[in-house]
Amino acid sequence: MPDSRLPPLYAIHHAAGASFTDFAGWQMPVSYGSDLAEHHAVRTAAGLFDISHMAEIRVDGPDAPAFLDYALAGKISALAYGQAKYSLLLSEDGGIVDDLVVYRAGRNNSSFMIVANAGNRVPVVIALQERAAGFKVAISDESDRVSLIAVQGPASRAIVEQVIGRDLSELKYYWGVEMLYNDGPFFVARTGYTGEDGFELYLGNDSAAQLWQELLEAGAPHGLIPAGLASRDTLRLEAGMPLYGHELGLETFPAQAGLGRVVALAKEGDFVGRAAIEAGPPSDARKLVGLIAEGRRAGRADYPVFDGDREVGIVTSGALSPTLGYPIAMAYVDPNVSEAGTALTIDVRGTRVPASVVALPFYKRDTK
Amino acid sequence: MADPTTLQYTAEHEWILVEGDVATVGITAYAADKLGDVVFVDLPKAGSSVATGTVVGEIESTKSVGELFAPVDGVVAESNDAVEADPSLVNSDPFGAGWLIKVTFTELPSLLSHDEYSKLVGE
Repeated sequence: MPDSRLPPLYAIHHAAGASFTDFAGWQMPVSYGSDLAEHHAVRTAAGLFDISHMAEIRVDGPDAPAFLDYALAGKISALAYGQAKYSLLLSEDGGIVDDLVVYRAGRNNSSFMIVANAGNRVPVVIALQERAAGFKVAISDESDRVSLIAVQGPASRAIVEQVIGRDLSELKYYWGVEMLYNDGPFFVARTGYTGEDGFELYLGNDSAAQLWQELLEAGAPHGLIPAGLASRDTLRLEAGMPLYGHELGLETFPAQAGLGRVVALAKEGDFVGRAAIEAGPPSDARKLVGLIAEGRRAGRADYPVFDGDREVGIVTSGALSPTLGYPIAMAYVDPNVSEAGTALTIDVRGTRVPASVVALPFYKRDTK
Repeated sequence: MADPTTLQYTAEHEWILVEGDVATVGITAYAADKLGDVVFVDLPKAGSSVATGTVVGEIESTKSVGELFAPVDGVVAESNDAVEADPSLVNSDPFGAGWLIKVTFTELPSLLSHDEYSKLVGE
């Protein structure tokens, strides 16, 4: 792969004044001016994200459901047509190779789409190919042909409905629907990574610019603005959603990250990582918790966490929460200090900042 | 707002306005843009001594932390209370209301001209 890849919408972002950051080898918009304004727009109206760096991998064939039950941690064979599931690709040791979303894409129960993190595209494809031995499946990496645009926020449904001309009120969270856009394949999923209602739209690169512009125009009266990866990160952090490389990694057992429920130990048959997961992490393995602090100084990734003079953990992500107005962080801490309400400190560049353990997420939208 | 073309600069993306023996210091629009929305600044108090090239403060955005380096040897004459109360001034007016500290100095080190700094950041 070249050192730096440009998303299909690069020219549009550049013209809109975006600043860019390298993300897994892609030049992606980090912000279009104010990451805070973009964050607030998603919480109160809507934001438009280009996340085309994400990897889309198709799995097709008569054995696809059985193969995915073996290759992934969840019971993928139980998915209905159009249904999505958050899942994990585990190593034999029970570590996390990637966290991903799987959609059942075909009526005949033989087509699935896996959406993986951009940085894990290669390891995921390799692992799937290795695990496919003996199964009648074809694995195809569609990432270079597929663009992914996310519309997130309370106004997102009205905006997407207007552009696609279809009522989405009956589309449930973590379900999608196959359609056509410009006569090309188009998948509309009610999913996201912000803690708000939202949609993720998959389509061919050729039509991405047109869809982006239509969403911008339809969304403007609703307060929709384009939003970059900086706000995406603070939004997902407030929503308590893990980010691979921060909260998740090869050394992390799902249970440590609070993802024990994602591993379907009750499903029949073997799956990669099963034995290690059943053996479980050691009882003193650190647990992922939320930390909140006072003031304005945020604990950030890799800052140590203390209980008195004893180092008991490490921050994996942190920021001054734009929505809540105080510092929040996710951290791995020793199990004996992981209870909500435990008083700890974070070493913020030499200053011990008092912090309290809280249950995740930090922010939950009002769904009434 | 100061005219950026008449200011002097450091490679650490700070600008310096020299008036008599007082240097007003801020970060450049380029640096503010790279940082993103500034949400917290920590500045040295008036009366504290600072040495060229040492870290004397922090400029923190939602996504990262920038350090404030003293561009001259001297004594802090004033730090900008307004920017501590409203850090977004660093983004909205980096060469004006977003100034950070004023330092009384005896000798000025070698600094970059506007042209030299522009070349450094490729603009």
